Amino acid sequence: MGMTMTQKILAAHAGLDKVEVGQLIQANLDLVLGNDITSPVAIKEFNKAGFTEVFDKSKVAIVPDHFTPNKDIKSAEQCRFIREFAYDKDIENYFEVGEMGIEHALIPEKGLVVPGDVVIGADSHTCTYGALGAFSTGIGSTDMAAGMATGQAWFRVPAAIKFVLTGKPSEWVSGKDIILHIIGLIGVDGALYKSMEFVGDGLQYLSMDDRFTMANMAIEAGAKNGIFLVDEKTLEYVKAHSTKEYVIYEPDEDAEYHQVIEIDLASIRPTVSFPHLPDNTRTIDEVGDIKIDQVVIGSCTNGRISDLRAAAEILKGRKVAKGVRTIIFPATQNIYLQALREGLIEIFIEAGAIVSTPTCGPCLGGHMGILAKGERAVATTNRNFVGRMGHEESEVYLASPAVAAASALTGKISNPEEVA
Amino acid sequence: MRAKGKVFKYGNNVDTDVIIPARYLNTSDPAELAKHCMEDIDSSFVEKVEPGDIIVAGKNFGCGSSREHAPIAIKAAGVSCVIATTFARIFYRNSINIGFPILECAEAVENIDAGDIVQVDFGTGTIYNETKGQKYQAQPFPDFMQEIMVADGLINYIKQKA
Repeated sequence: MGMTMTQKILAAHAGLDKVEVGQLIQANLDLVLGNDITSPVAIKEFNKAGFTEVFDKSKVAIVPDHFTPNKDIKSAEQCRFIREFAYDKDIENYFEVGEMGIEHALIPEKGLVVPGDVVIGADSHTCTYGALGAFSTGIGSTDMAAGMATGQAWFRVPAAIKFVLTGKPSEWVSGKDIILHIIGLIGVDGALYKSMEFVGDGLQYLSMDDRFTMANMAIEAGAKNGIFLVDEKTLEYVKAHSTKEYVIYEPDEDAEYHQVIEIDLASIRPTVSFPHLPDNTRTIDEVGDIKIDQVVIGSCTNGRISDLRAAAEILKGRKVAKGVRTIIFPATQNIYLQALREGLIEIFIEAGAIVSTPTCGPCLGGHMGILAKGERAVATTNRNFVGRMGHEESEVYLASPAVAAASALTGKISNPEEVA
Repeated sequence: MRAKGKVFKYGNNVDTDVIIPARYLNTSDPAELAKHCMEDIDSSFVEKVEPGDIIVAGKNFGCGSSREHAPIAIKAAGVSCVIATTFARIFYRNSINIGFPILECAEAVENIDAGDIVQVDFGTGTIYNETKGQKYQAQPFPDFMQEIMVADGLINYIKQKA
Protein backbone atom coordinates (compact mmCIF):
# COMPACT_ATOMS: atom_id res chain seq x y z
CA MET A 1 0.00 0.00 0.00
CA GLY A 2 1.35 3.42 -0.98
CA MET A 3 1.60 6.62 1.00
CA THR A 4 -0.20 9.96 0.93
CA MET A 5 1.72 13.21 0.37
CA THR A 6 1.86 13.87 4.10
CA GLN A 7 3.02 10.34 4.89
CA LYS A 8 5.83 10.62 2.32
CA ILE A 9 7.07 13.92 3.73
CA LEU A 10 6.96 12.60 7.31
CA ALA A 11 8.76 9.38 6.34
CA ALA A 12 11.54 11.32 4.63
CA HIS A 13 11.97 13.56 7.68
CA ALA A 14 12.04 10.59 10.05
CA GLY A 15 14.68 8.79 7.98
CA LEU A 16 12.24 5.99 7.13
CA ASP A 17 11.35 4.40 3.80
CA LYS A 18 7.78 3.90 4.84
CA VAL A 19 5.36 4.96 7.56
CA GLU A 20 1.88 3.74 8.41
CA VAL A 21 -1.20 5.39 9.88
CA GLY A 22 -0.95 5.56 13.66
CA GLN A 23 2.83 5.04 13.78
CA LEU A 24 4.66 7.28 16.26
CA ILE A 25 7.69 8.91 14.67
CA GLN A 26 10.34 11.47 15.50
CA ALA A 27 10.75 13.91 12.57
CA ASN A 28 13.40 16.50 11.75
CA LEU A 29 12.08 20.03 11.46
CA ASP A 30 12.78 22.63 8.77
CA LEU A 31 11.19 25.49 10.70
CA VAL A 32 9.93 26.13 14.24
CA LEU A 33 7.63 29.14 14.65
CA GLY A 34 6.14 31.10 17.53
CA ASN A 35 4.27 34.36 18.19
CA ASP A 36 4.00 36.83 21.08
CA ILE A 37 1.31 34.77 22.88
CA THR A 38 2.84 31.32 22.60
CA SER A 39 6.59 32.09 22.59
CA PRO A 40 6.76 33.40 26.19
CA VAL A 41 5.53 30.03 27.52
CA ALA A 42 7.92 28.20 25.17
CA ILE A 43 10.91 30.33 26.17
CA LYS A 44 10.21 29.77 29.88
CA GLU A 45 10.14 26.00 29.25
CA PHE A 46 13.30 26.23 27.14
CA ASN A 47 15.13 28.13 29.88
CA LYS A 48 13.75 25.99 32.70
CA ALA A 49 15.13 22.88 31.02
CA GLY A 50 18.56 24.50 30.87
CA PHE A 51 18.88 24.74 27.09
CA THR A 52 21.20 27.56 26.04
CA GLU A 53 21.17 27.48 22.21
CA VAL A 54 18.55 26.84 19.55
CA PHE A 55 19.22 23.92 17.20
CA ASP A 56 19.60 26.19 14.14
CA LYS A 57 19.40 29.98 14.20
CA SER A 58 18.08 30.08 10.64
CA LYS A 59 15.29 27.57 11.33
CA VAL A 60 13.49 29.35 14.16
CA ALA A 61 11.06 32.18 13.43
CA ILE A 62 9.47 34.45 16.03
CA VAL A 63 6.80 36.91 14.95
CA PRO A 64 5.15 39.26 17.46
CA ASP A 65 1.80 39.73 15.72
CA HIS A 66 -1.09 39.01 18.09
CA PHE A 67 -1.16 41.85 20.60
CA THR A 68 1.15 44.14 18.62
CA PRO A 69 1.68 47.04 18.32
CA ASN A 70 1.67 46.36 22.08
CA LYS A 71 -1.90 46.81 23.27
CA ASP A 72 -1.13 47.18 26.97
CA ILE A 73 1.72 46.98 29.46
CA LYS A 74 1.50 43.23 29.98
CA SER A 75 1.64 42.65 26.21
CA ALA A 76 4.62 44.97 25.97
CA GLU A 77 6.37 42.93 28.69
CA GLN A 78 5.65 39.68 26.81
CA CYS A 79 7.04 41.20 23.59
CA ARG A 80 10.14 42.45 25.39
CA PHE A 81 10.70 38.98 26.79
CA ILE A 82 10.60 37.31 23.37
CA ARG A 83 12.67 40.11 21.75
CA GLU A 84 15.43 39.66 24.33
CA PHE A 85 15.41 35.92 23.72
CA ALA A 86 15.54 36.41 19.93
CA TYR A 87 18.50 38.79 20.20
CA ASP A 88 20.30 36.67 22.79
CA LYS A 89 20.00 33.51 20.65
CA ASP A 90 20.70 35.33 17.37
CA ILE A 91 17.39 34.15 15.90
CA GLU A 92 17.70 35.17 12.24
CA ASN A 93 13.97 35.28 11.57
CA TYR A 94 12.70 37.56 14.29
CA PHE A 95 10.47 40.22 12.76
CA GLU A 96 9.86 43.39 14.74
CA VAL A 97 6.96 45.81 14.22
CA GLY A 98 7.86 47.62 10.99
CA GLU A 99 9.12 44.50 9.25
CA MET A 100 6.58 42.04 10.59
CA GLY A 101 3.25 40.89 9.35
CA ILE A 102 0.68 38.35 10.42
CA GLU A 103 2.88 35.27 10.72
CA HIS A 104 1.10 33.01 8.24
CA ALA A 105 1.17 35.62 5.50
CA LEU A 106 4.71 36.72 6.37
CA ILE A 107 6.51 33.34 6.56
CA PRO A 108 5.67 32.27 2.96
CA GLU A 109 6.34 35.81 1.71
CA LYS A 110 9.82 35.64 3.27
CA GLY A 111 10.43 32.33 1.50
CA LEU A 112 10.92 30.43 4.76
CA VAL A 113 8.76 27.47 3.70
CA VAL A 114 9.10 25.49 0.46
CA PRO A 115 7.52 22.27 -0.85
CA GLY A 116 8.47 19.14 1.08
CA ASP A 117 9.33 20.94 4.33
CA VAL A 118 8.19 19.88 7.80
CA VAL A 119 7.12 22.90 9.85
CA ILE A 120 5.70 23.23 13.35
CA GLY A 121 4.36 26.48 14.73
CA ALA A 122 2.95 27.42 18.10
CA ASP A 123 -0.13 28.80 16.40
CA SER A 124 -2.99 26.65 15.20
CA HIS A 125 -3.07 28.28 11.76
CA THR A 126 0.45 27.08 10.96
CA CYS A 127 -1.36 24.61 8.68
CA THR A 128 -1.48 27.51 6.16
CA TYR A 129 1.84 26.47 4.57
CA GLY A 130 0.33 23.24 3.31
CA ALA A 131 -0.66 25.43 0.36
CA LEU A 132 2.99 25.14 -0.69
CA GLY A 133 3.06 21.35 -0.56
CA ALA A 134 4.76 21.28 2.84
CA PHE A 135 3.70 19.35 5.96
CA SER A 136 2.90 22.11 8.39
CA THR A 137 0.99 21.89 11.63
CA GLY A 138 0.09 23.80 14.75
CA ILE A 139 1.49 22.69 18.08
CA GLY A 140 1.72 24.25 21.55
CA SER A 141 4.43 26.07 23.43
CA THR A 142 6.14 23.02 24.93
CA ASP A 143 6.49 21.46 21.49
CA MET A 144 7.92 24.77 20.29
CA ALA A 145 10.45 24.73 23.15
CA ALA A 146 11.45 21.14 22.43
CA GLY A 147 11.59 21.88 18.68
CA MET A 148 13.81 24.92 19.20
CA ALA A 149 16.16 22.87 21.38
CA THR A 150 16.33 19.62 19.44
CA GLY A 151 15.14 20.36 15.89
CA GLN A 152 12.71 17.46 16.20
CA ALA A 153 9.11 16.73 17.10
CA TRP A 154 7.05 13.59 17.69
CA PHE A 155 4.09 12.87 15.43
CA ARG A 156 1.48 10.19 15.09
CA VAL A 157 1.26 9.50 11.34
CA PRO A 158 -2.17 10.70 10.19
CA ALA A 159 -4.72 9.09 7.92
CA ALA A 160 -5.97 11.36 5.14
CA ILE A 161 -9.11 12.58 3.46
CA LYS A 162 -8.63 13.29 -0.24
CA PHE A 163 -10.59 16.21 -1.67
CA VAL A 164 -10.83 15.99 -5.43
CA LEU A 165 -11.62 19.48 -6.69
CA THR A 166 -13.27 19.72 -10.10
CA GLY A 167 -14.83 22.50 -12.15
CA LYS A 168 -14.33 26.25 -12.14
CA PRO A 169 -15.67 28.46 -9.35
CA SER A 170 -17.95 31.35 -10.33
CA GLU A 171 -16.74 34.95 -10.25
CA TRP A 172 -17.41 35.84 -6.59
CA VAL A 173 -16.52 32.44 -5.14
CA SER A 174 -13.05 32.38 -3.57
CA GLY A 175 -10.92 29.94 -1.60
CA LYS A 176 -12.75 31.14 1.52
CA ASP A 177 -16.15 30.09 0.20
CA ILE A 178 -14.74 26.71 -0.84
CA ILE A 179 -13.19 25.95 2.55
CA LEU A 180 -16.26 27.17 4.46
CA HIS A 181 -18.37 24.94 2.22
CA ILE A 182 -16.09 21.96 2.97
CA ILE A 183 -16.12 22.62 6.73
CA GLY A 184 -19.91 22.87 6.58
CA LEU A 185 -19.94 19.53 4.78
CA ILE A 186 -17.67 17.52 7.10
CA GLY A 187 -18.03 19.44 10.40
CA VAL A 188 -15.58 21.05 12.82
CA ASP A 189 -14.19 17.63 13.71
CA GLY A 190 -14.71 16.08 10.29
CA ALA A 191 -10.98 15.72 9.70
CA LEU A 192 -9.91 15.24 13.33
CA TYR A 193 -6.30 13.95 13.59
CA LYS A 194 -6.22 13.62 9.77
CA SER A 195 -4.65 15.27 6.72
CA MET A 196 -6.81 17.08 4.20
CA GLU A 197 -5.17 16.50 0.82
CA PHE A 198 -6.36 18.76 -2.01
CA VAL A 199 -5.99 17.49 -5.57
CA GLY A 200 -7.84 17.59 -8.89
CA ASP A 201 -8.31 19.64 -12.07
CA GLY A 202 -10.04 22.42 -10.17
CA LEU A 203 -6.70 23.39 -8.60
CA GLN A 204 -5.80 25.27 -11.78
CA TYR A 205 -8.46 27.87 -10.94
CA LEU A 206 -7.17 28.49 -7.43
CA SER A 207 -4.55 31.20 -6.91
CA MET A 208 -1.88 30.74 -4.26
CA ASP A 209 -3.83 33.19 -2.10
CA ASP A 210 -6.94 30.98 -2.43
CA ARG A 211 -4.87 27.96 -1.43
CA PHE A 212 -3.33 29.71 1.58
CA THR A 213 -6.85 30.58 2.75
CA MET A 214 -8.04 26.99 2.35
CA ALA A 215 -5.03 25.34 4.00
CA ASN A 216 -5.26 27.95 6.78
CA MET A 217 -8.72 26.74 7.79
CA ALA A 218 -7.94 23.00 7.73
CA ILE A 219 -7.66 23.30 11.53
CA GLU A 220 -11.29 24.47 11.61
CA ALA A 221 -12.24 20.96 10.46
CA GLY A 222 -9.98 19.53 13.18
CA ALA A 223 -7.31 18.49 10.67
CA LYS A 224 -3.68 17.92 11.54
CA ASN A 225 -2.70 19.53 8.26
CA GLY A 226 -4.07 20.61 4.91
CA ILE A 227 -1.87 20.03 1.89
CA PHE A 228 -2.04 20.91 -1.81
CA LEU A 229 -0.42 19.18 -4.74
CA VAL A 230 2.49 21.19 -6.08
CA ASP A 231 1.86 22.64 -9.56
CA GLU A 232 3.19 25.44 -11.76
CA LYS A 233 1.53 28.11 -9.63
CA THR A 234 3.24 26.76 -6.52
CA LEU A 235 6.63 26.73 -8.18
CA GLU A 236 6.16 30.22 -9.60
CA TYR A 237 5.42 31.44 -6.06
CA VAL A 238 8.34 29.57 -4.54
CA LYS A 239 10.81 30.86 -7.15
CA ALA A 240 9.63 34.44 -6.59
CA HIS A 241 10.03 34.22 -2.81
CA SER A 242 12.69 31.68 -1.87
CA THR A 243 16.12 30.37 -2.72
CA LYS A 244 15.71 27.33 -0.47
CA GLU A 245 15.93 23.89 -2.05
CA TYR A 246 12.59 22.15 -2.32
CA VAL A 247 11.36 18.59 -2.84
CA ILE A 248 8.09 17.82 -4.58
CA TYR A 249 6.18 14.89 -3.07
CA GLU A 250 3.19 13.36 -4.79
CA PRO A 251 0.83 10.82 -3.30
CA ASP A 252 1.28 7.24 -4.49
CA GLU A 253 -1.41 6.01 -6.86
CA ASP A 254 -2.27 3.26 -4.40
CA ALA A 255 -2.18 5.52 -1.34
CA GLU A 256 -4.87 4.65 1.18
CA TYR A 257 -7.43 7.30 2.08
CA HIS A 258 -9.87 7.25 4.96
CA GLN A 259 -12.33 9.00 2.66
CA VAL A 260 -12.42 10.56 -0.83
CA ILE A 261 -14.72 13.55 -1.32
CA GLU A 262 -15.39 15.19 -4.68
CA ILE A 263 -16.07 18.90 -4.65
CA ASP A 264 -17.52 20.55 -7.75
CA LEU A 265 -16.21 24.09 -7.46
CA ALA A 266 -18.72 25.35 -10.04
CA SER A 267 -21.60 24.47 -7.72
CA ILE A 268 -20.28 26.35 -4.68
CA ARG A 269 -22.08 29.57 -3.73
CA PRO A 270 -20.67 32.44 -1.65
CA THR A 271 -20.83 30.92 1.83
CA VAL A 272 -21.17 32.33 5.35
CA SER A 273 -20.54 30.61 8.71
CA PHE A 274 -23.10 31.63 11.29
CA PRO A 275 -22.34 31.79 15.03
CA HIS A 276 -20.88 29.99 16.90
CA LEU A 277 -19.04 27.32 14.91
CA PRO A 278 -17.31 27.45 11.52
CA ASP A 279 -19.35 24.45 10.32
CA ASN A 280 -22.64 26.32 10.80
CA THR A 281 -22.64 27.38 7.15
CA ARG A 282 -25.31 28.77 4.88
CA THR A 283 -25.05 29.88 1.28
CA ILE A 284 -25.48 33.57 0.62
CA ASP A 285 -28.92 32.74 -0.81
CA GLU A 286 -30.04 31.39 2.58
CA VAL A 287 -28.73 34.03 4.99
CA GLY A 288 -31.84 36.16 5.36
CA ASP A 289 -31.78 39.62 6.88
CA ILE A 290 -28.78 39.90 9.23
CA LYS A 291 -27.92 43.47 10.22
CA ILE A 292 -24.31 44.12 11.20
CA ASP A 293 -22.30 46.62 13.24
CA GLN A 294 -18.78 45.87 12.06
CA VAL A 295 -16.86 44.43 9.13
CA VAL A 296 -13.34 43.07 9.47
CA ILE A 297 -11.33 42.32 6.33
CA GLY A 298 -7.89 40.83 6.92
CA SER A 299 -6.18 38.20 9.14
CA CYS A 300 -3.96 35.21 8.36
CA THR A 301 -6.94 33.78 6.50
CA ASN A 302 -7.80 36.68 4.19
CA GLY A 303 -5.37 39.60 4.47
CA ARG A 304 -3.46 38.98 1.24
CA ILE A 305 -3.33 41.20 -1.82
CA SER A 306 -6.01 39.39 -3.80
CA ASP A 307 -8.32 39.64 -0.77
CA LEU A 308 -7.79 43.39 -0.65
CA ARG A 309 -8.32 43.66 -4.41
CA ALA A 310 -11.64 41.80 -4.15
CA ALA A 311 -12.79 44.13 -1.37
CA ALA A 312 -11.64 47.22 -3.27
CA GLU A 313 -13.44 46.17 -6.43
CA ILE A 314 -16.69 46.25 -4.49
CA LEU A 315 -16.00 49.34 -2.36
CA LYS A 316 -14.59 51.51 -5.19
CA GLY A 317 -16.44 54.80 -5.52
CA ARG A 318 -19.01 53.89 -2.87
CA LYS A 319 -19.55 54.50 0.85
CA VAL A 320 -19.93 51.97 3.64
CA ALA A 321 -23.33 52.07 5.36
CA LYS A 322 -23.66 54.59 8.18
CA GLY A 323 -22.84 52.91 11.49
CA VAL A 324 -20.90 49.99 10.03
CA ARG A 325 -17.34 50.17 11.31
CA THR A 326 -15.24 48.75 8.48
CA ILE A 327 -11.73 47.76 9.50
CA ILE A 328 -9.24 46.54 6.91
CA PHE A 329 -5.96 44.84 7.83
CA PRO A 330 -3.35 44.16 5.16
CA ALA A 331 -1.54 41.08 6.52
CA THR A 332 2.05 42.22 5.98
CA GLN A 333 3.98 45.42 5.38
CA ASN A 334 4.64 44.32 1.79
CA ILE A 335 0.98 43.68 1.13
CA TYR A 336 0.17 47.07 2.68
CA LEU A 337 2.70 48.78 0.42
CA GLN A 338 1.47 46.97 -2.65
CA ALA A 339 -2.12 47.92 -1.81
CA LEU A 340 -0.99 51.52 -1.41
CA ARG A 341 0.74 51.51 -4.80
CA GLU A 342 -2.28 49.95 -6.48
CA GLY A 343 -4.53 52.66 -5.05
CA LEU A 344 -6.52 50.23 -2.89
CA ILE A 345 -5.86 52.09 0.34
CA GLU A 346 -7.30 55.27 -1.15
CA ILE A 347 -10.40 53.36 -2.25
CA PHE A 348 -10.86 52.02 1.30
CA ILE A 349 -10.44 55.36 3.00
CA GLU A 350 -12.71 57.15 0.54
CA ALA A 351 -15.33 54.46 1.16
CA GLY A 352 -15.22 55.24 4.87
CA ALA A 353 -13.22 52.20 5.99
CA ILE A 354 -10.15 52.37 8.19
CA VAL A 355 -6.88 50.67 7.33
CA SER A 356 -4.73 49.23 10.11
CA THR A 357 -1.17 48.09 10.48
CA PRO A 358 -0.82 44.28 10.33
CA THR A 359 -1.99 42.61 13.55
CA CYS A 360 -4.07 39.60 14.62
CA GLY A 361 -5.83 42.01 17.03
CA PRO A 362 -9.57 41.80 16.35
CA CYS A 363 -9.69 38.21 15.04
CA LEU A 364 -9.16 36.78 18.52
CA GLY A 365 -10.77 39.61 20.45
CA GLY A 366 -7.41 41.07 21.42
CA HIS A 367 -7.66 44.70 20.36
CA MET A 368 -8.42 46.98 17.36
CA GLY A 369 -12.09 46.21 16.93
CA ILE A 370 -13.66 44.47 19.93
CA LEU A 371 -17.42 43.88 19.87
CA ALA A 372 -19.86 45.03 22.57
CA LYS A 373 -22.68 42.91 23.95
CA GLY A 374 -25.18 42.07 21.22
CA GLU A 375 -23.08 43.41 18.36
CA ARG A 376 -22.55 41.52 15.11
CA ALA A 377 -19.58 41.45 12.78
CA VAL A 378 -18.97 39.98 9.35
CA ALA A 379 -15.32 38.97 9.36
CA THR A 380 -12.97 37.34 6.87
CA THR A 381 -11.26 35.69 9.85
CA ASN A 382 -11.37 32.01 10.78
CA ARG A 383 -13.32 31.48 14.02
CA ASN A 384 -16.74 32.51 15.25
CA PHE A 385 -16.71 30.85 18.68
CA VAL A 386 -18.58 32.38 21.62
CA GLY A 387 -16.77 35.57 22.66
CA ARG A 388 -14.17 35.24 19.92
CA MET A 389 -14.18 38.92 18.92
CA GLY A 390 -15.35 40.44 22.18
CA HIS A 391 -18.36 40.14 24.49
CA GLU A 392 -19.68 36.61 24.99
CA GLU A 393 -23.03 37.78 23.62
CA SER A 394 -21.54 39.24 20.44
CA GLU A 395 -21.65 37.39 17.13
CA VAL A 396 -19.17 36.74 14.32
CA TYR A 397 -20.19 35.69 10.80
CA LEU A 398 -17.31 34.29 8.74
CA ALA A 399 -17.22 35.15 5.04
CA SER A 400 -15.03 36.01 2.06
CA PRO A 401 -13.61 39.51 1.48
CA ALA A 402 -16.19 40.03 -1.29
CA VAL A 403 -19.14 39.15 0.97
CA ALA A 404 -17.65 41.26 3.77
CA ALA A 405 -17.21 44.28 1.49
CA ALA A 406 -20.69 43.92 0.03
CA SER A 407 -22.08 43.71 3.57
CA ALA A 408 -20.19 46.86 4.60
CA LEU A 409 -22.02 48.78 1.86
CA THR A 410 -25.51 47.64 2.80
CA GLY A 411 -25.21 47.19 6.58
CA LYS A 412 -26.45 43.62 6.39
CA ILE A 413 -24.96 40.36 5.13
CA SER A 414 -25.05 40.76 1.36
CA ASN A 415 -24.31 38.96 -1.87
CA PRO A 416 -21.40 40.44 -3.82
CA GLU A 417 -23.06 39.28 -7.05
CA GLU A 418 -25.90 41.72 -6.38
CA VAL A 419 -23.86 44.62 -5.01
CA ALA A 420 -20.89 44.60 -7.43
CA MET B 1 -1.31 7.72 38.56
CA ARG B 2 -4.83 8.14 39.88
CA ALA B 3 -7.40 10.90 40.24
CA LYS B 4 -10.69 11.36 42.08
CA GLY B 5 -13.16 14.24 42.11
CA LYS B 6 -16.57 15.60 41.28
CA VAL B 7 -17.57 16.14 37.70
CA PHE B 8 -18.21 19.32 35.72
CA LYS B 9 -19.97 18.34 32.51
CA TYR B 10 -19.99 20.17 29.18
CA GLY B 11 -21.13 19.45 25.61
CA ASN B 12 -19.40 19.06 22.25
CA ASN B 13 -16.78 21.37 20.72
CA VAL B 14 -15.70 23.18 23.90
CA ASP B 15 -13.20 25.55 22.28
CA THR B 16 -10.03 27.14 23.61
CA ASP B 17 -11.62 30.60 23.47
CA VAL B 18 -14.15 29.63 26.14
CA ILE B 19 -11.57 27.63 28.14
CA ILE B 20 -9.37 30.71 28.38
CA PRO B 21 -10.48 33.82 26.43
CA ALA B 22 -7.74 35.57 24.42
CA ARG B 23 -8.30 38.79 26.36
CA TYR B 24 -6.41 37.14 29.25
CA LEU B 25 -3.47 35.93 27.17
CA ASN B 26 -1.31 38.95 27.93
CA THR B 27 0.09 36.82 30.75
CA SER B 28 1.33 33.25 30.93
CA ASP B 29 1.15 33.00 34.73
CA PRO B 30 -0.80 29.77 35.48
CA ALA B 31 -2.44 31.17 38.64
CA GLU B 32 -3.63 34.24 36.75
CA LEU B 33 -4.96 32.13 33.84
CA ALA B 34 -6.75 29.81 36.29
CA LYS B 35 -8.82 32.75 37.57
CA HIS B 36 -10.53 33.00 34.17
CA CYS B 37 -10.78 29.32 33.28
CA MET B 38 -14.06 28.41 31.49
CA GLU B 39 -15.27 31.98 32.04
CA ASP B 40 -17.28 32.34 28.81
CA ILE B 41 -19.03 28.96 29.08
CA ASP B 42 -19.50 28.59 32.86
CA SER B 43 -18.97 31.78 34.83
CA SER B 44 -19.30 30.01 38.20
CA PHE B 45 -16.71 27.31 37.39
CA VAL B 46 -13.81 29.04 39.10
CA GLU B 47 -15.80 29.56 42.33
CA LYS B 48 -17.06 25.97 42.44
CA VAL B 49 -14.06 23.92 41.31
CA GLU B 50 -12.08 22.07 44.00
CA PRO B 51 -8.70 20.38 43.74
CA GLY B 52 -9.07 16.98 42.09
CA ASP B 53 -12.31 17.74 40.23
CA ILE B 54 -12.81 16.28 36.77
CA ILE B 55 -14.14 17.79 33.54
CA VAL B 56 -16.24 15.50 31.33
CA ALA B 57 -17.23 16.71 27.86
CA GLY B 58 -18.36 15.54 24.42
CA LYS B 59 -16.44 15.42 21.19
CA ASN B 60 -13.65 17.69 19.92
CA PHE B 61 -12.80 19.14 23.36
CA GLY B 62 -10.25 21.96 23.12
CA CYS B 63 -10.81 22.81 19.46
CA GLY B 64 -9.44 26.05 18.10
CA SER B 65 -6.27 27.79 19.10
CA SER B 66 -2.89 26.21 19.88
CA ARG B 67 -2.73 28.12 23.15
CA GLU B 68 -1.14 25.86 25.76
CA HIS B 69 -2.67 28.34 28.17
CA ALA B 70 -5.88 26.26 27.86
CA PRO B 71 -4.68 23.02 29.52
CA ILE B 72 -2.42 25.14 31.77
CA ALA B 73 -5.48 27.09 33.01
CA ILE B 74 -7.49 23.91 33.60
CA LYS B 75 -4.58 22.22 35.42
CA ALA B 76 -3.86 25.32 37.51
CA ALA B 77 -7.56 25.61 38.43
CA GLY B 78 -7.09 22.28 40.24
CA VAL B 79 -8.73 19.93 37.74
CA SER B 80 -7.15 16.47 37.87
CA CYS B 81 -8.15 15.26 34.42
CA VAL B 82 -10.44 15.75 31.43
CA ILE B 83 -12.49 12.88 30.01
CA ALA B 84 -14.00 13.51 26.56
CA THR B 85 -15.41 11.58 23.62
CA THR B 86 -12.58 13.03 21.48
CA PHE B 87 -10.04 15.83 21.85
CA ALA B 88 -8.91 18.37 19.29
CA ARG B 89 -5.38 17.32 18.39
CA ILE B 90 -3.39 20.34 19.55
CA PHE B 91 -5.14 20.32 22.94
CA TYR B 92 -4.41 16.58 23.16
CA ARG B 93 -0.69 17.13 22.43
CA ASN B 94 -0.45 20.10 24.74
CA SER B 95 -2.01 18.18 27.63
CA ILE B 96 0.41 15.28 27.25
CA ASN B 97 3.33 17.67 26.82
CA ILE B 98 2.57 19.48 30.09
CA GLY B 99 1.91 16.21 31.90
CA PHE B 100 -1.84 16.81 32.28
CA PRO B 101 -3.89 13.59 32.08
CA ILE B 102 -6.73 13.30 29.57
CA LEU B 103 -8.76 10.29 28.50
CA GLU B 104 -10.99 9.51 25.52
CA CYS B 105 -14.03 7.40 26.51
CA ALA B 106 -17.42 7.80 24.82
CA GLU B 107 -19.10 5.38 27.26
CA ALA B 108 -18.01 7.42 30.26
CA VAL B 109 -19.21 10.64 28.65
CA GLU B 110 -22.62 9.11 27.91
CA ASN B 111 -23.15 7.89 31.46
CA ILE B 112 -21.48 10.41 33.75
CA ASP B 113 -23.56 13.37 34.94
CA ALA B 114 -22.50 16.68 36.44
CA GLY B 115 -21.76 16.28 40.15
CA ASP B 116 -20.96 12.54 39.99
CA ILE B 117 -17.89 11.45 41.95
CA VAL B 118 -15.49 9.69 39.62
CA GLN B 119 -12.16 7.86 40.06
CA VAL B 120 -9.63 7.41 37.27
CA ASP B 121 -6.67 5.04 37.02
CA PHE B 122 -4.45 6.38 34.25
CA GLY B 123 -2.23 3.31 34.05
CA THR B 124 -5.10 1.02 33.10
CA GLY B 125 -7.49 3.61 31.65
CA THR B 126 -10.22 2.49 34.06
CA ILE B 127 -12.85 5.05 35.06
CA TYR B 128 -15.06 4.26 38.10
CA ASN B 129 -18.22 6.25 38.76
CA GLU B 130 -18.68 6.06 42.55
CA THR B 131 -22.05 7.82 42.45
CA LYS B 132 -23.58 5.38 39.95
CA GLY B 133 -21.45 2.32 40.73
CA GLN B 134 -20.42 1.99 37.06
CA LYS B 135 -17.07 1.19 35.44
CA TYR B 136 -15.94 2.41 32.02
CA GLN B 137 -12.81 1.48 30.10
CA ALA B 138 -10.81 4.11 28.20
CA GLN B 139 -7.96 3.32 25.86
CA PRO B 140 -4.76 3.66 27.86
CA PHE B 141 -2.12 5.89 26.25
CA PRO B 142 0.69 4.38 24.18
CA ASP B 143 3.78 3.75 26.33
CA PHE B 144 5.61 6.71 24.80
CA MET B 145 2.90 9.15 25.90
CA GLN B 146 2.66 7.56 29.34
CA GLU B 147 6.39 8.05 29.75
CA ILE B 148 5.99 11.76 28.91
CA MET B 149 3.21 12.10 31.48
CA VAL B 150 5.11 10.21 34.14
CA ALA B 151 8.08 12.53 33.52
CA ASP B 152 5.62 15.44 34.13
CA GLY B 153 5.91 16.71 30.59
CA LEU B 154 7.86 16.61 27.34
CA ILE B 155 10.68 18.90 28.43
CA ASN B 156 11.52 16.75 31.47
CA TYR B 157 11.22 13.66 29.28
CA ILE B 158 13.73 15.06 26.76
CA LYS B 159 16.11 16.01 29.59
CA GLN B 160 15.91 12.53 31.08
CA LYS B 161 16.62 10.98 27.66
CA ALA B 162 19.59 13.26 26.96
